[in-house]
Parts: sequence; C-alpha cells; structure tokens
Amino acid sequence: MKETPLSNCERRFLLRAIEERKRLDGRQSYDYRNVRISFGADYGCCIVELGRTRVLGQVSCELVSPKLNRATEGILFFNLELSPMAAPAFEPGRQSDLLVKLNRLLERCLRNSKCIDTESLCVVAGVKVWQIRVDLHLLNHDGNIIDAASIAAIVALCHFRRPDVSVQGEEVTLYTPEERDPVPLSIHHMPICVSFAFFQQGTYLLVDPSEREERVMDGLLVIAMNKHREICTIQSSGGIMLLKDQVLRCSKITGVKVAEITELIQKALENDQKVRKEGGKFGFAESIPNQKISAFKMERAPVDTNDVEEQAEEIITKADPPSDVFAKPILRMPGTAQIGEGIENSWGDLEESEREEEEEGNSDDATTPEGQKMETEEINVVSKTKKDDDTIVLSDSEEEEVVILEPEEREKKTRTHTSTKQENSSSKKAFNKKRKKKRATH
Amino acid sequence: MAAAEALPAEERVGQVVLPGDVLLLPAHPEADGERLWLGPGAALPGRLLCGPGLRSCGAGLLVTKCGLLRHRQPGGAGGGSGGAYWVDSQQKRYVPVKGDHVIGIVTIKAGDIFKLDVGGSEQASLSYLAFEGATKRNRPNVQVGDLIYGQFIVANKDMEPEMVCIDSSGRANGMGVIGHEGLLFKVSLGLIRKLLAPNCEIIQELGQLYPFEIVFGMNGRIWVKAKTIQQTLIVANILEACEHMTAEQRTQALAKLSER
Repeated sequence: MKETPLSNCERRFLLRAIEERKRLDGRQSYDYRNVRISFGADYGCCIVELGRTRVLGQVSCELVSPKLNRATEGILFFNLELSPMAAPAFEPGRQSDLLVKLNRLLERCLRNSKCIDTESLCVVAGVKVWQIRVDLHLLNHDGNIIDAASIAAIVALCHFRRPDVSVQGEEVTLYTPEERDPVPLSIHHMPICVSFAFFQQGTYLLVDPSEREERVMDGLLVIAMNKHREICTIQSSGGIMLLKDQVLRCSKITGVKVAEITELIQKALENDQKVRKEGGKFGFAESIPNQKISAFKMERAPVDTNDVEEQAEEIITKADPPSDVFAKPILRMPGTAQIGEGIENSWGDLEESEREEEEEGNSDDATTPEGQKMETEEINVVSKTKKDDDTIVLSDSEEEEVVILEPEEREKKTRTHTSTKQENSSSKKAFNKKRKKKRATH
Repeated sequence: MAAAEALPAEERVGQVVLPGDVLLLPAHPEADGERLWLGPGAALPGRLLCGPGLRSCGAGLLVTKCGLLRHRQPGGAGGGSGGAYWVDSQQKRYVPVKGDHVIGIVTIKAGDIFKLDVGGSEQASLSYLAFEGATKRNRPNVQVGDLIYGQFIVANKDMEPEMVCIDSSGRANGMGVIGHEGLLFKVSLGLIRKLLAPNCEIIQELGQLYPFEIVFGMNGRIWVKAKTIQQTLIVANILEACEHMTAEQRTQALAKLSER
C-alpha cells in the first residue's frame, strides 16, 4: 500500500514547532520516550516498546560446523524484519532501502563490537560450534526503529539460555534443559544505539525522533555506545554537514542515555529472573495490562443471557419471560403472584402485565422451544440450590409471607428437565469461569 | 456451530451484535412485501432504512459489523413501520461513502483533475471546476500537498471515488482548500462521529479554553489551528486522548489547563 503523503501544512507546522523547541507529544528536545521491556515465557524472547514503536526479539541456537577460516568461533546471525503490520507502507518480501540500512547498522553494532564472546560458543574446535540466531520483528512503527531494535537484540541475548554441553576427551554430551539448567551466553558489554535527528541544516537536534519527525528531518546520526562510554558504531545519513562539536555533544548525550537504558535493562532482567526463581507467573500474558475501552462501554453487557450465575430476577427482567411449563402464576394474595418456586417476585403490583407476557410466552413456545427450555432449566438449577437450605430465604422480597409450592409439582419439573441440565452443566462451569473473570476485572 | 437465534430487531437495540446475527423485522402489511432502502437519505414512511453494518436478507436484517445496534424512530406518521436501524461500530480504516465530508491531501495535479489521498484504498479525483467561482480561466490555487475539505459525490466499490468542493447549489459552504497553518492528525472514526454529534460537550469545553478553528473529516482526519503552536498542540493532544478518557478525566485535564 502506498504511504500516506505528508501534507505541506503538517511539514510547516512541525518545522515551526521544532524551531520553538516544541514536540508533538510534549517531550523536550533531549527526552526519550518511555522504554518498556517485557519477557516471554521462553528464554530469549522479549518485546521492547519505545513509545508506540514495538519490536519483538527472539534468540535461538543450533549446533553446526564452523566456518572454515574461523574454526574455533561460534556463528552469529542477525535478522530484522519489517512486518506489514508495523505500517501500511511495508510490504512483505520486498527488500526496501530502509530494511537494508537497518540490518547493516544492527550487524555492525552487535557483531563488530564483539559484545558476545564467540570463542565461548565453540564446542569441538573445527567440528561443532553453536550458531546463535537473533530474529527481530517490527510490530509497530512509530519512529526510531533502530534504537528499539538494538535494545531488543541485546536484551534477548542477555535473557537467552543455551543448553549445557560438556566435553570429556572425545565424548561430547549435550544436556537437555531437564537434566541440567541451561547456561547464559557470555556477553562482554551491551551496545545500544541512540538516534539523533537534525533539522534546518543541523541547527536543531532531536533525540529519539517519532515517525512524523522522521519524515521532515534533514539527516540522522546514530551512535552505538555501551555503558563504559565506548563508541561501538557511529553512522551519519542524510547528507547533512555536521560540525565537530555537534558530534561531540551528541556523544555526550548518548553516554547519559545509554547509562539510563542499561540500568533499565538490568532491572528488567533481574525482575524476570526473580519471578522465575520464585515460581511466579511470567510471560507476555502477565505483562499485558488489563485495558478497557471506555467508548461504547455499557455498564452491564447482557450479551449472554444463558448465564446461570446471574440472579434469577435479572434473567426474568432481561430475557423473555418463562413460559409456564410447570404452572400458571399462583395468586397468593391480591397484588402478588408467584411463578415457579423460590424466585423472588420483584414486580409487586404488576400481575396484569405478568399474565399478558405469560400468554405471549406460551404462543412463542412452539417457535423457540430451546430458548424457553434453557431459561426454565436455569430457574430449576437456581431453585435446586435454594432447595438445599430447606427454607427459602427471599432477601429482597417485599412480601411478608414466604410461599412455597406443593412438592409434587417440584418433582415433576426436575424429572422433565434433568436431561438438558446435565448437558449444560459443563457449559455452566465455563460460564462461571467467564463471569468470575469478568467480575475480577471490573 | 449452532446457527444464531433470530431475535426481533427491537429487542436488540442498544445491545452488542456480532456479524452473522439475524434480526427479524415485524411483518409489514404491504402489497409488494418488505423493501429496504439502502443508503443515506430519509426513509419514506413505511420503509425501513438499513444503515451501515446491516444488510437485508430474507426475513430481516443480517449484521455485518460488530457493535451496538441503534434505532431511530421515523419523524411524523409512521408508527411501528419505518425508521432506521444501524450498527455503531469502531474502526480506524476509512471506506469512502457518498455524501461524507472528508479531508484529503493532494498528491497529483494532472491537467484538469487533482488526485487526493483520503485514507481509502483508492485515491479520489477532484476536478478543478468543482470549486466555488472556478472557471476555465479562473483556476483554483491548489498545490501538491495541500489539504482540501470536500464531499464525495461518487463512492462505491466499483468505481474510483470522486469529490467536489461545492454543494448542490454551487456554493462552497465551508469546503475548499484549508489554510496553510495548523496541524493535521488522525483519530479513529468512532471519535469523529462522537465529536460531530450535535451539542458535543468536548468541543464546547475546549472552546472555553482557547479560540481555535477546527475541521473534522469523516475519514478520521482533524485539522486544528489556534493562535500559538502550544495551544494547537494542546487541543490536538486532548482530542486524541478523548478516545480513552472518561468525562471526569477530561474535565480534570481541562481544568488543569485553564488554570495556567
């Protein structure tokens, strides 16, 4: 799909706002967006969110024969993919310039900096080495892919555990995770990329550009640094002329940012480690917060009226009135009547409308037998639970006298409806669980 | 999978409906049977208007989008028959609909027509004569990258959409090229409809903060212009956040801003 074009109006506004040192989301010129790191259930799987830009990283390993000219070193393989779900402009299977540029930058940052000890990946020299593969997928594009991707890559590598291997003479034993705990990779340092966007021929500088800012920028400077203030990679694109002191200033800012991000990564890794050790729940499902959509939200959602756990009165008020399969309404006293047993009559003086609805319910019996059966079955179940107490307690009842129907009618009801009840007992459990979960989130 | 029960349409109004649900309509005592008018415009008394998210099928209406079912009674004599049913659903991707007013970005200027990007699958075409006071000699001043507010006169799945910037009487009525300052941003379609509802509180409350100009496009695009850049950014951020804020949160945020 074609990308949405940038209108002149937006471009002008963005440039003017940058001149006044204002950004669209209210950040300062040197502010980063919020970085959020969450880990998956497997080792080596993580999602990094930089504002709304999301990258998924996954590390995997395999035993292969080494390269001929590097017989004692393991093999590293990096791959970044721009998924079409990230932006409508990304098409699957097409090697765009952006993709090539990002991949090369990532490789230089992680491979050339020797952040991973490849010698330690050697199992038997010249015969078997570990091949570590880092796959990064862009899930959402809101600017600054390279930063998010580099953080995801290094976090996934730090989080990953490879199976343990022992070599005794000629014998090589590969242990499964059950036999021996998997072993982390040996990582020397953590290089992290920081991007700087330049506007108006280098006059204005923004750290961590968002997608709109990237569209109007003149040039981009990426500096990859680790927390020991060693520059691993530096790349300038866009053809802008940068002065020496500008580059120095950027590298100072990078030092500060990288220190913060490294601390965040360490904390996230420690938290995850702790949770796993204590046997708590971990994985993506736990880290996604329960979010609610506030538009179009109703107080109660009676989508499923076949929920047994709901109060009987709610069923009666919201669903079709139950047909009198078992009894006509029994008029106890003027103004009060009872349908079925053990059900609170919250209608009070509405006996006339009851009778009318009853008749309608009767006529509809032929057309919707299923629906009616379900309802009567529910009422039966509800009444059954109440029957256990022997004395029916009607808490909200406006009646002064509790009226119980004759026992013969009760037995007749249970006999005819046991079949449907058994079918639905399993679904009842499912409904219970769903309702409990819904209640918990409210 | 058991087939969904067919329930009368009146009972499901205000409830969540899912695609595949069938809504039964009360039988009409009409000689030529049930006929539904699909499309905008007032329904004739006795005819039911089948709105977005619904399709007519056999006994009644088939739901094609998930959302809340809404109903509007017909004005005047109509009683039980007539009126309109539609589904209030939420989405971000726009599909051109005839009569909708949208904001488009000019991408190509080719001789007699402009091509605009409106956020749909096809670019809409706009003739240079479709502006107020435009003649062959007096061409409108439109450049590539300008914003245009217009309405669709042709929008269906078989043809490329066409737009105009004049109404049926030949007057602009607010349509045309939008000014050069200001900020354009995108929100979801449901929020736009909420903001365009008559007596929308959000706009009234915002109006008490600062004076600003605003244009809503039904394709999810909003253009705002206030006196300073800071004020424009504030208005834009509040509108984007309105999607997920409750009314109390919004009043709190606005109160904080008006203190400054």
